[in-house]
Amino acid sequence: MDFSLLVYGDSGWGDEMLVGGLMTIAIATCSFLLGIVFAVIAAAAKLSQNIAFRGLATVYTTVIRGIPELLIIYLVFFGAGQLMRNVAVLFGYTEYFDLPVFVTGMICIGASSGAYSTEVIRGAVLAIPKGQLEAGKAIGMNKWLMFWRILVPQAARFALPGLGNIWQVTLKETALISVIGLADLMRKASEASGSTKEPFTFYFTALVIFYVITKVSGRGFVFAEARANRGVRRA
Amino acid sequence: MKKIALIAAAAALTFSAQAVAQDYKKITIATEGAYAPWNFKDSAGNLVGFELDLAKDLCARMKLECTIVEQAWDGIIPSLQAKKYDVIMAGMSITAKRMETITFSRDYAATPGSFVVTKDSPFAGFTTGLAALTLDEVSAEERADLDKMIATFKGKTIGVQTSTTHENFLREIMGDNVDIRTYDTQENLDLDLQAGRVDAALASMSYWVPLLASDKGSDMKLVGPGMTGGPFGAGVGAGIRKEDQKLADMFTAAINAAIADGTLKPLAEKWFGFDASAK
Amino acid sequence: MFSMKVISEAWPELVAAIPVTLQLTGSALLLGLGLALVIALMRLSSHAVLRLPALGFVDLFRSTPLLVQFFLIYYGSGQFRPELQEIGLWTFFREPWFCAVFTLMLNTAAYTSEIIRGGIQSVGHGQIEAGRACGMSKIMLFRRIILPQAARQALPAYGNEIILMVKSSSLASTITILEITGVAKKIIAATFAPMSVFLIAGVIYLTINFIVVIAVQALEVRLSPQLHRNRRSLRSRFITFFGNPTEPQEKT
Repeated sequence: MDFSLLVYGDSGWGDEMLVGGLMTIAIATCSFLLGIVFAVIAAAAKLSQNIAFRGLATVYTTVIRGIPELLIIYLVFFGAGQLMRNVAVLFGYTEYFDLPVFVTGMICIGASSGAYSTEVIRGAVLAIPKGQLEAGKAIGMNKWLMFWRILVPQAARFALPGLGNIWQVTLKETALISVIGLADLMRKASEASGSTKEPFTFYFTALVIFYVITKVSGRGFVFAEARANRGVRRA
Repeated sequence: MKKIALIAAAAALTFSAQAVAQDYKKITIATEGAYAPWNFKDSAGNLVGFELDLAKDLCARMKLECTIVEQAWDGIIPSLQAKKYDVIMAGMSITAKRMETITFSRDYAATPGSFVVTKDSPFAGFTTGLAALTLDEVSAEERADLDKMIATFKGKTIGVQTSTTHENFLREIMGDNVDIRTYDTQENLDLDLQAGRVDAALASMSYWVPLLASDKGSDMKLVGPGMTGGPFGAGVGAGIRKEDQKLADMFTAAINAAIADGTLKPLAEKWFGFDASAK
Repeated sequence: MFSMKVISEAWPELVAAIPVTLQLTGSALLLGLGLALVIALMRLSSHAVLRLPALGFVDLFRSTPLLVQFFLIYYGSGQFRPELQEIGLWTFFREPWFCAVFTLMLNTAAYTSEIIRGGIQSVGHGQIEAGRACGMSKIMLFRRIILPQAARQALPAYGNEIILMVKSSSLASTITILEITGVAKKIIAATFAPMSVFLIAGVIYLTINFIVVIAVQALEVRLSPQLHRNRRSLRSRFITFFGNPTEPQEKT
């Protein structure tokens, strides 16, 4: 193993790997946040009285959980732009447009992350005692106020541990986006391996960087949990 | 309905709009970035290679503003059809199979396919009667060489990059007798050849010659004949959507001009180490 | 976008790849389960010499992407070919199939060992004390009291792990193995019709996982008949396992 290949600058791959690592953090963060948006919508649909909404949300979580993420990435990569253009043409919009790889990846990983977050958020909402909402109603809060003041802060606290797990899954899944060409950590490691013929050196480096990101962000979630639970009485 | 159309249009505009004007002022060219010396990345992460230099020259000739984008080989034709970009310059051979889906400019480089093995391989001494096979119409002598090739590699594992003319050749000619292993990138195939996971690798001579001359390829050896025609196609050209025939004609004219004024030959010699330019 | 011709041609080829996916997943799961049991016991051991390596292994494999693990083991091992040849391991690492099963096995073992550990720790202390009081040996205690209950407790989570492994096996296509996803990519290379082919592949994966769900639930009923007197409908099985695997806990 030749560690001089990892130096920072034009002669080594250290700077490329670092940039790749930043790209990985960026795509993971965006996908995770998009996933939470998907999850809130899907959880609301699952908790609604409307059977069509419940059905749609169940189809979403079932399909995503049953199909490999790699396949979803290929499918969206090849199909989403085409589908959107076909729709746009129906409305008379004929100019070409397409999704950048970053957005494609974000949608795929976000959809996957969202399907797993849905249950966490649904569970968190159900964990809020009914009496609290009744109390809110009794003092004359309207629906929005109850949502922001009672539901969101408490559900967020209940959901944090589960979301912490999903963040880790999401972060790891982003490695798959390298197969469609996003210049993330994994892709940089592949390029460097091919160019230097030292695959172990670079995939091992990628492994270590992923490990560090996972561990550091994991500490972040522990910290956030402690903060969210301040003032909560412990039994 | 109108409102939805507006929203759709607005949503569309927010995404990277790479609209192609019909009179071709700005175009986007896709390359793979993992197929040296045609197109690859230097350690500073820049795209370089024969096709990058050639694209620059051709675009200047056609007075086009060109953007080069990277695209994984796997989806390179579907994405062209999806209009992700307008032109493919990625060491892609002109074949009948591909012509069913897209069109090509004239060829700008001609590159025989050849087998490579490691120097310590039992096949390092493999030769055939002819040094070059043209497979458009197979003569008796060429048939004998192909049979020898099949007999030599019978039951062995041969690696090849997926969706290439070389894969076509292996499947058509040797498919029943060898174990074909396909790779997403040529670089991964090289790693496995050196690791001894495949007994031989088939790829373009244009790729092998510079590689074997460098440190990275010092333990590899070219064996057998150089093969062209038939499943290998008719040289390498720029892949373009069928509806953009006009653009393909512009590329053909520009390539002809680059051949005529003597630009192409030194460019090919610079990157390949031999004259791989089209004549 | 969708062509019936491509679908009718691709369908038989993709179906023919199902056994490859199943063999890959099956062997990794089986070997991984054995390894997971060993690692779980090491993690529960009171000796740091046993506990810490197991902890490190589980932590490393759970904190890094499977794709990196695949490439590190497959392409990375090529960098050490002479060394591996010397100790006679290269025969294994030379084969993509071995590398795929090996990687998936290590990965599932890391996750499964945590599931088993949870199962073992869920067994009530009183039961173990009762067993001891009856004079059961350590092995008998494990076999007769701890294992059956731990297995029952761990089964739903393990069912999820099986589904994740079926999905994960698709990554073997990146190291030249022609399982369902690999074959799908091969067909696309020849037909340039990605959507139709990937959709069929998606339906196949969904079907396999649905069968896994039903099988695991049937096993669950067998293992704890007293809890599952009422037979549940197919639809509710599908939803409870696939759609809502973590039923919200009732707060008391």
